[in-house]
Amino acid sequence: MNEQAIKDLLYKLADDQLILGHRNSEWTGFGPILEEDIAFSSMAQDKIGHSLAFYTLLQELGEADPDTVAFTRNANQFHNSQLVELPNGEYDFSLIRHFLFDNAEIIRFEMLSQSSYEPIAKVATKLKGEVKYHVLHANTWIKNLGSSTEEAILRLQSSLNEALPYALGMFEPSKYEQELIDSGVYAGEEAVKAEWLKRIQAVIEKTELKLPDLESIAPRYGGRYGNHTEHLQPLLDEMAEVFKIDPTAEW
Amino acid sequence: MNLTKEHILTLLEEVKDPEIPVLSLVDLGVITGVDISEENHVTVNMTPTFAGCPAMDYMKKDVERTLEKYGISKYTVNMSFDKPWDSNKLSERGRQHLKEFGLAPPPKYDLILDLDILEHVRCPYCDSEDTTLRTPFGPTLCRSMHYCNNCRQMFEQFKPL
Repeated sequence: MNEQAIKDLLYKLADDQLILGHRNSEWTGFGPILEEDIAFSSMAQDKIGHSLAFYTLLQELGEADPDTVAFTRNANQFHNSQLVELPNGEYDFSLIRHFLFDNAEIIRFEMLSQSSYEPIAKVATKLKGEVKYHVLHANTWIKNLGSSTEEAILRLQSSLNEALPYALGMFEPSKYEQELIDSGVYAGEEAVKAEWLKRIQAVIEKTELKLPDLESIAPRYGGRYGNHTEHLQPLLDEMAEVFKIDPTAEW
Repeated sequence: MNLTKEHILTLLEEVKDPEIPVLSLVDLGVITGVDISEENHVTVNMTPTFAGCPAMDYMKKDVERTLEKYGISKYTVNMSFDKPWDSNKLSERGRQHLKEFGLAPPPKYDLILDLDILEHVRCPYCDSEDTTLRTPFGPTLCRSMHYCNNCRQMFEQFKPL
């Protein structure tokens, strides 16, 4: 088994969770209604817990400890997709991003629970149950708001159009794609994307929203190998602000 | 003295979930194994309820403190996903304690979660099934929030997972 390939996979999983977890936490105290404030805060806590589970597997493969990995790298060392680093924007954008991301994430976890690499399979088996709540939450709100008022539909449609190139960027192939597929570690991005498309279509069809032709959209690749938007570094600076005051402090 | 697995599990009955102080870790189902070596080294294996649950570290330390309190000096407490937790692992006694505490216990289910399971929860106060899911996210990761249309009270459920 190629350890580099597995690390590559673990980093992108963990970094997506950490960065989106941080973005979700920015809704704490600002949610449009109390329940949504709590929902995004809870999902933040889950996602940061999920990133910890994957960073712990990386540590077992010889990488630095989770706090060091999370708090001391610069933007060009992060493997998250650009989708998760974009600012929250208004609630409609956060909701659309959450819908597009978590519907992909649950498929990754379902597939990884069958992974030939046992440590990943165990973690994924656990996490897919938790992320189910995130998917239920996203799908319920998209169905409700996507067929409600004209303003809600217009806002969601415009956020959907804006987020899609970045969402497709989630499926940027890994340098080790074929190797991971051949060794049964991971079913690969194309497989995840095909299933994702089916699932998001099934929800969108129940609303007034329209899914644009994805073939005509150029995916925003680059995030998996350190190429990020200008939004990531300020997020990292803020996230690590307290940690960097005293990196040796016991918490 | 030769330690036994049963003895250790009895000691661990003392360790409670810090956020639900009526529920022992054994009844919660997070103690996944106890091994005692020939040299009386005690290994306790644990698994988190939710990966992001901030109480898990506390629970692990509490297990260590309890072992020491009873004079067990050679021990290892591991936290892993080897035997992942799900809500069916809550014991019958644990479910009863949750209900008495005012938290609806999670339904036993086939581990295929859908909205139907979340929406039909029995009120822990009046036992009515006429309840409404308000939000699947509550004050802690393991709780959802519901409203009872019969006794007109908000209540929380320990989420099925």
